[in-house]
Amino acid sequence: MILLQQIINGVMLGSTYALVAIGYSLIFGVLRLLHFAHGEVFMVGAFIALCSVWYLHVGPVLAVVSAAVGCAALGVIIEFVAFRPVRRRSGGMLAPIVSSLGVGLLLQEVATNIFGADQTRFPPQFEATLYHFGSLFVTSTQLFILGTSFGLMLLVHLFITRTKYGLAMRAVAENVDVAGLLGINSNAVVVLTFAVASALGGIAGVLVGFAFSAISPFMGISMTIKGLVVMLIGGLGNVYGAMIGGLVLGIAEVLTVGYLASSYRDAFSFALLILVLLVRPQGLFSGGLRAGH
Amino acid sequence: MTPAALLDVRSVTQRFGGFTALDDVSCSIQAGSISSLIGPNGAGKTTLFNVISGLISPSRGSLGFDGTDYTGRRPDEIVRLGIARNFQQVRLFPALSVVENVMVGAHQKLPRTGLLDFLGGPFSYDRVDRLARSIATEMLDLVEFRSSGNTHPQQLTLVDQRRVEIARALASDPKLLLLDEPAAGMNPSESNQLGAIIRKIRDLGRTVLLVEHNMRLVMSISDHVSVLSAGKVIASGTPSTVQAEPAVIAAYLGNL
Amino acid sequence: MLSSYQESIAIFLGVNVLMAFSVYVPTSAGLISLGQAGFMAIGAYTSAYLTSRFTSFDVPFGLALFLGGAAAGIVGVLVAAPAVRIKGIYLIIATLGFGEIVRVLFVNFEPLGGASGLAGIKPLTTLSWVVATCILFFAFLWRLRSTPLGRAFVAIHEDETAAEAMGINLFRTKLMAFGGGAFIAGIAGGLYAHFALFIDPSQFGFSKSAEAFLFVILGGSVNPLGPVAGAIVVTLLPEFLRFLQDWRMSFFAVLLIACAVWRPGGLISYRRAAHP
Repeated sequence: MILLQQIINGVMLGSTYALVAIGYSLIFGVLRLLHFAHGEVFMVGAFIALCSVWYLHVGPVLAVVSAAVGCAALGVIIEFVAFRPVRRRSGGMLAPIVSSLGVGLLLQEVATNIFGADQTRFPPQFEATLYHFGSLFVTSTQLFILGTSFGLMLLVHLFITRTKYGLAMRAVAENVDVAGLLGINSNAVVVLTFAVASALGGIAGVLVGFAFSAISPFMGISMTIKGLVVMLIGGLGNVYGAMIGGLVLGIAEVLTVGYLASSYRDAFSFALLILVLLVRPQGLFSGGLRAGH
Repeated sequence: MTPAALLDVRSVTQRFGGFTALDDVSCSIQAGSISSLIGPNGAGKTTLFNVISGLISPSRGSLGFDGTDYTGRRPDEIVRLGIARNFQQVRLFPALSVVENVMVGAHQKLPRTGLLDFLGGPFSYDRVDRLARSIATEMLDLVEFRSSGNTHPQQLTLVDQRRVEIARALASDPKLLLLDEPAAGMNPSESNQLGAIIRKIRDLGRTVLLVEHNMRLVMSISDHVSVLSAGKVIASGTPSTVQAEPAVIAAYLGNL
Repeated sequence: MLSSYQESIAIFLGVNVLMAFSVYVPTSAGLISLGQAGFMAIGAYTSAYLTSRFTSFDVPFGLALFLGGAAAGIVGVLVAAPAVRIKGIYLIIATLGFGEIVRVLFVNFEPLGGASGLAGIKPLTTLSWVVATCILFFAFLWRLRSTPLGRAFVAIHEDETAAEAMGINLFRTKLMAFGGGAFIAGIAGGLYAHFALFIDPSQFGFSKSAEAFLFVILGGSVNPLGPVAGAIVVTLLPEFLRFLQDWRMSFFAVLLIACAVWRPGGLISYRRAAHP
């Protein structure tokens, strides 16, 4: 496959990584915590979409919407059940890791019990139509994914920079106490952040399900790790770093599979991580939820 | 400066971003003396301490100890050179007992635990441990710490915690002891006691450099006083000389 | 005395206790590692190769275990050298990444089986070996607390700056903490390999590292009893929950969340919950 084709595939894959990593960054930005169940939220999104296709016979757009709504709700529940109570009783970062690991395990187990451990896929009517651009092949699925991801990234950017809710998020991320003094209800902001982050994660799950025609209760594990790695590479808490980091990783992985061996694909993200940590530990772009400077 | 100077601070400048905390500061400390560093709040005294003890590397300038230039060395290397310190806000290790805290200081100058020591420990045959413990007891005695050595720092009064921190610093057998506001929070009789202890430390052959706000203490025990204001040394000499300096009076009054 | 099933559980528990120790050592110096499974893999593969693939001469089990641990320990020191500059959350993610790199490297390393794994390992692990190793390390770690190095770990954990100002060499001490933990994980891996008789990279993934981490977080890291308690509870609890069948692990997950909410300090701990 020619290089440009690879890059397009990489961008498509990377954009889904970016969506997940944005979720991590948003949550880290306001809470300074790692959300170890975010990969499982991603997985749940794929299953919610699958169910709405199986039982409600919706098309791809509504499938994505159902995943977004479902996961937003799930995210809010997770915040109330696993993060807020822990936050109230302990200021450390380790207890939330334990509770989020618990949530992740719980989601995985429930999904396995309901859907079985094997891989499933979206029904055939979601098969793609192929478009030619010269010698490039792009499927309608890929266009859909690209369009959705980039559209969402743009929406996130606008949300953070142009709406008062996004502004509140940034304020809380910068300094919780001062934000409180300015009248911002930081607990409400946290809930909103979880909703947005989880919705993005869920949508990414659907898109990945479309792209690879493979959905299983275990698809979240590697995403948990990769999302964290992307977030670190892009700079903890930096949403734009997450976007770029995700794209970089996606392209790098696709190129690795194309030019090296597919089994090294996963190692690439970690090799990249080690490199970044050695050279620039604060990530490619440091700083919090800043409006792209 | 003079050949007998134990510590030589040479033209040290320290900048934090746009803010200059120390501006071309020079001073020397003679061996066997009790020297004090005074000045209004924010003058840069603790910053100078942090530079001397190696917690920060100076933006400019150099530091000499016992004839050797030690600028840029790590804090733990500086302890082995023979400089030890305490902290303004007491920084003892809560999970260790008082005796263990002081032993941490002692271990830096003692031989390492050997295999025999390690295996013999449960049978009270740990030579290194015994040495460290006796040094610790000696130092705690020197600072007149009278409570049990098995308590933990958080159970002690502030004054006792300060004593333990000084003992911990002394345990590494330093030639120069840096004390950052050791009398903070003490009443007059406690600070008198502290003054006597510092004199004892000096009489045992060590040099002491003190940062203090307690003027009575400073003037009564110091051989030499340097005054820092806004990052610059504005006066230096014996206590009586410095007290009479108009610049010093202005610096303090100017901050009211 | 013990049924064969019970004996398996006991051996399994012993390996878990060792993995818990492997997390406990760096944790006691303030270094959180979510990648110990990587060291376990190194120990497992190294010792398995020495006993079951290396034909130049017969390698006694004890030596193979030790060399497996040593290999893991050396890698631990090499990994730690750049890593100790990294703090807190960055270190957690970095160790996570490391664990995964090791896993992927073994997936691609055909001479040791690659993704299909390494089979035919000699069944050399017995309950005696496991119990003896656990007791040995427990005693060692308990004794360590009363030595300068053990106190240096605590000092660094509590207040790095003050520790350094008291003469403790941060770099070297952290390296020892990390290397020591890796060594123990390597030994655990060796014992596991010669019990499971078949190893493949997927057994040493993030779940394994997370599990070891949980042993210490739940059990407490104040003294070596903590990791032992954590390992016992986490390993044996699913056994007692067998009646829940498919919902066993879900229940366990809920317990984890409950534990984090109500006992952030761990099961054996007298330190305030604010100390992570």
